Amino acid sequence: MRHRGAVAGLVILGVLALLAIGAPWLSPSDPIKTAPRTALQAPGSGYLLGSDQFGRDVASRVLHGARISLVVGLISVSIAVGIGAPIGLVSGFYGGRLDAVLMRMIDVLLAFPGILLALAIVSVLTPGLGNVMIAVGLAAVPTYARLVRASVLSAREQVYVEAARAIGGRDRTILTRYILPNVVAPLIVTGTLGLGTAILSAAALSFLGLGSQPPTAEWGRMLAEGRDYLREAWWISTFPGLGIMLTVLAMNLLGDGLRDVLDPRLKV
Amino acid sequence: MLTYLARRVLAVVPVLFGVTLAVFSMLFLVPGDPIKMMLAEFVTSPDQIAQMRAQLHLDEPLPQQYGRFVANALRGDLGTSIRSRRPVATEIAENVASTAQLALASMAVAIAIGVPLGLLAALGSMVVALLGVSMPSFWLGLLMIFVFSLHLAWFPATGGGDLLHLVLPSLTLGTIASAIIARLTRSSMLEVLGQDYVRTARAKGLAWWGVVVRHALKNALIPIITIFGLQFGNLLAGAVIVETVFSRPGLGRLIVGGILAKDFPLVQGTVLFVAASYVMINVLVDVAYAFVDPRIRVG
Repeated sequence: MRHRGAVAGLVILGVLALLAIGAPWLSPSDPIKTAPRTALQAPGSGYLLGSDQFGRDVASRVLHGARISLVVGLISVSIAVGIGAPIGLVSGFYGGRLDAVLMRMIDVLLAFPGILLALAIVSVLTPGLGNVMIAVGLAAVPTYARLVRASVLSAREQVYVEAARAIGGRDRTILTRYILPNVVAPLIVTGTLGLGTAILSAAALSFLGLGSQPPTAEWGRMLAEGRDYLREAWWISTFPGLGIMLTVLAMNLLGDGLRDVLDPRLKV
Repeated sequence: MLTYLARRVLAVVPVLFGVTLAVFSMLFLVPGDPIKMMLAEFVTSPDQIAQMRAQLHLDEPLPQQYGRFVANALRGDLGTSIRSRRPVATEIAENVASTAQLALASMAVAIAIGVPLGLLAALGSMVVALLGVSMPSFWLGLLMIFVFSLHLAWFPATGGGDLLHLVLPSLTLGTIASAIIARLTRSSMLEVLGQDYVRTARAKGLAWWGVVVRHALKNALIPIITIFGLQFGNLLAGAVIVETVFSRPGLGRLIVGGILAKDFPLVQGTVLFVAASYVMINVLVDVAYAFVDPRIRVG
């Protein structure tokens, strides 16, 4: 694979993953330990990326935030794919009334635009980081259900599926051996892009105060906490924001690259 | 045309039915007793709970409750906010204009930035638009406040009301949305550029730019128009976050405030209003689209 964007995305993600895994050892100090005397220190010798209003080390908090964001993204997308893909598979393969009912339900979920569905789910589940993952995951279910259904529908009409049926292949065999492989490529592309979206949504919910609770070092929360100190201490909210953007950018680069490679139709 | 119109409008009915059912059941999906949750901060004698239950008609059978919920909603009665003790519909009415302004202004910004960017991207690279999709709106908002409000002091950082207060929020939301429009313009443009009539135009010796503007752009813009409805929904949802960043009144802040205060009727009513508006806007866009493109209403 010689796609430059995809490689750049992969490299950034690799570095981020290493930083996230190594956060406890790489961090200069405890991300939630306060030091009121050295609050609001500018980036420099004492604190690499400065300290926040409680004297906590911003660099350590940003590092630990990477852990949370990557895990939240992975879990949310797993929930979305885990529920959405089977729905799409069954809906597309069996069709008929089952398909109609499932797709009407998906239509209803799609009537709640963007983050509104996740918001509604969080309001039911009560705020918290765990519930944010569930909410962001459930809110993305329609995307994957529709995607998988569309792939199944086009695969179902292929001659080799007909052939498999003609030699007496059972539904189960046809579904797993001949249809599923067609679903995997688009699922990987959309899932990669979905990781970025999930991280953005989860950080947004935390920013709104509905996700991670203090003193957790989570990027969205850190941005919200730094908001009141923009004038005196720009670094509190700037670095976590940079973290979110870099992570999501890497996932989008990788996802776009994968799409160009796996779906050459869009290439000039 | 009339059959198409009727079909499109009728198709909305089951969706709206599902939406009302989903919003209605929100209250019952809450773990624990919703009444106790809502009353948590006040005195909770069994009498009060029973009284509240009766007041909210929660002592009736579920189908009857749902019927009442829909009938009331159709009459514009979305219940009473627990926190402010005012009708939810009034709260929505007071905030809807602010959000609509933000969404429309953002849409203008998004198109103004997104379409040219997508065109350039179709002919060149796509890095800028990728950056836009990856940018958290709340971070961009804070950066805007930092630069244009705290440092340059051109625009107010927070609040709502006049046009000056609209500039930074709509720039923030519009820039984010422009990335999506740019991506769409790009892929739509790439598809059109591969068409035979573009090759023909080139073959008969027309200049590259002439072909792009006269032949390709016109056709590439059609799918972008359909996205308008979808994008409007995203802007409505995006407003939730941007309104909080800029402490701007609106439906988004109503919902978030409602969730934080466990004010369920307020959250339910506002979520229902936004979802229903979104569905209706999409119908309007579809119908408008059918007027523009005859292929739709025939096929």
